[in-house]
Amino acid sequence: MGKKKTLTGALLAAAIMTVAGCSGQGAASGETAKAPADPADASGTIKVLTHRTDLVQNGTMDKYAAEFNKTYPEVKVRFEALTDYEGEVKIRMNTEDYGDVLMIPAAVAKNDYPKFFAPLGSTAELGDRYRFSDKAEVGGKVYGVSTFGTANGFLYNKAVWKKAGITDWPATPEEFVDDLKTIKSKTDSVPYYTNFKDGWPLTAWSNNIGSVTCDAKANDKLAGPVSPWKRGSELHTIDSLLHDIVEGGLSEKDPNTTNWEASKDMIARGKVATMQLGSWAITQMRAAAEKAGTDPDDIGFMPFPARKDGKYCAVLASDYQQAVNIHSDHKTAARAWVDWFTEKSGFPAKEGAVPALRSAPMPDTLEDFVDNDVNFLERSEAETGAVNAIDNAAEIGLNKPDYRQKLVDTARGAQQGSLSDFFADLDKRWNEAAGTVAP
Amino acid sequence: MTETTHTAPAKVPRATAPPPGTAHRSSPPRGSALRRVTPWLFLAVPLALLVTFTYVPVGNMIYYSFTDWDGVSPDRNFTGLDNYEQIFTRPELFRVFFVSFYYLAASAVQIVIALYFATVLSFNLRFRNLFKGILFFPYLINGVAIGFVFLYFFQDGGTLDSVLSWFGADSDHAWLGDPVSANTSLAGVSVWRFTGLNFVLFLGAIQSIPAELYEAAQLDGATRWQQFRHIIAPSIRPVVSLSVILAISGSLAVFEIPYIMTGGATGTTTFVIQTVKLAFQFNKTGLASAAAVVLLLIILLITWIQRRLVPDEKVDLV
Repeated sequence: MGKKKTLTGALLAAAIMTVAGCSGQGAASGETAKAPADPADASGTIKVLTHRTDLVQNGTMDKYAAEFNKTYPEVKVRFEALTDYEGEVKIRMNTEDYGDVLMIPAAVAKNDYPKFFAPLGSTAELGDRYRFSDKAEVGGKVYGVSTFGTANGFLYNKAVWKKAGITDWPATPEEFVDDLKTIKSKTDSVPYYTNFKDGWPLTAWSNNIGSVTCDAKANDKLAGPVSPWKRGSELHTIDSLLHDIVEGGLSEKDPNTTNWEASKDMIARGKVATMQLGSWAITQMRAAAEKAGTDPDDIGFMPFPARKDGKYCAVLASDYQQAVNIHSDHKTAARAWVDWFTEKSGFPAKEGAVPALRSAPMPDTLEDFVDNDVNFLERSEAETGAVNAIDNAAEIGLNKPDYRQKLVDTARGAQQGSLSDFFADLDKRWNEAAGTVAP
Repeated sequence: MTETTHTAPAKVPRATAPPPGTAHRSSPPRGSALRRVTPWLFLAVPLALLVTFTYVPVGNMIYYSFTDWDGVSPDRNFTGLDNYEQIFTRPELFRVFFVSFYYLAASAVQIVIALYFATVLSFNLRFRNLFKGILFFPYLINGVAIGFVFLYFFQDGGTLDSVLSWFGADSDHAWLGDPVSANTSLAGVSVWRFTGLNFVLFLGAIQSIPAELYEAAQLDGATRWQQFRHIIAPSIRPVVSLSVILAISGSLAVFEIPYIMTGGATGTTTFVIQTVKLAFQFNKTGLASAAAVVLLLIILLITWIQRRLVPDEKVDLV
């Protein structure tokens, strides 16, 4: 009996020690990760965590690293590509081992940034130089620099739209739905593809917040019990458009079996006419068109169908932002990589995305937008932390597929209920959650 | 046996040559201490693994369930029973258990199919081993692969549609399109996958029945049905009751197939999918841990009730 007790005690002690070990965090200093004054000062091996498994596998990232080494010969860059980036890095954030440079996972609350990442400089220093720097700004310091930004809108096959006799961009959601109806009646194409199964293409609809009323601060205004889905609001317009498309039978028949990879080929061949996506997808679709033997120039991009004072607006939102691990032993080298990758790598241009560097030009994928005088707005991120906190507390998920999947199901009658009830329920949950979250 | 007991102490010189007088007091405790420790030494590795990978995580989970931890932040606050209160006061969190009824119904079908084939294949048949292999094969495939295979199977114009069209049934049905059809389809996949496991369990139990019983029954003129009713059924009762417990706990904790195939969309969310979403989408690790604890308790409760209702009797045929 006595033996048993000691053993249990030992097990318990071991368990407690493990628990303590898990919750213990190394002391983290708030020291700034400074760029090296002289490239020779930066040295060491740095590990970069990235979600771009494709670029690591095909050697593109290694080419960037080789290019980087021409300026910084003492730094060795290693990449770790993670397929389930969010899921894996989120768990690793509980340790100190999350690379030297990493993409800030969405799961980390904005106010926690100073606990995980080394500051890169003050807002005054970086704000003028880089777009989207306020997305990673906490208490006057910037903790991450955007890899690139994207404009949101509708990717479409110009040939199909032309075949249906439509050449002008629709100016209102109603016109957009009418155009899709014309495409359905005049061509064999599926007018709209939701990519429902993969889910994330549905989340991109939220990036249109701001494009509807041409307001860069539209997202910030959601911080509070403001009934985001009330009539006339941004989200009401955006989600109603999706609802009307699906309700009108203008999307694919069985959304649960959609396939993202296959959808690239479908839009390239004109089997699908339109998809709602970020501008980063244009290069991928054009590549798919080349592979399918169709004309890459047929892939077009149009802004959200809403105008203010006769002009379309496109909100630019940041993709992942690179940050330096606060526990890194090679902060200088890590910072050198972040700066070089943002400014000198040419990565955003190659991806056809909006560069973080303000002085760099818009990518050629957005030529149509520039030619048609679309008003680019940089999304304000001042209240993103508060908005995300409410969003999570309400379990709605503006940037998660679930509620829009339910919206699509409601629209096609697979789920009971009306659109107005659906919006009312979302509003109620949002407002209640806003009450529980401290501002 | 005797030889080992004699030689063993010889290898431990100190124990065999104690100073005179103290021999009887000091040597037996040493020997018996070692003897008492030995099993624990053997157990040390498995116990360490068990504790590290089962009890500590479960302990952590229970601890998290009393906090508001978001899964990332170094800070967490103790919130007492708040998470549990939420689970029991928010009916929508429990509504997902209705989906389990599809899987429960499917499990019943699955047990019947498995029992039928196990009985048939326990008699002498041509190609008996081939059929056994075919039935058991799906269980060997990993769940993720099955999810993908069946995604193509149910696709619009996919395998199922083309097979149906060979028979002239041109169904234009979106199999995963509405909640009832989607859940039925997914439960069907689960039947396809797990029938093999039940089948093997039943077959093993049936084959352990002594052959004389059948002979005696045949001499008495019993039909196949009577043989099943009076010999097979009673003798495999413990295995059937085990299958029922597995089926119930399995239906409450369905995850892989719906998560891969529909991601919980169109009313196919199960309790486990909901828990995963709470933890990893909405960063409510505390609430999700509490949900996991509640699921564990529910399964324990059901198992206990089931054992009370159908106690395990010793089967004695002979």
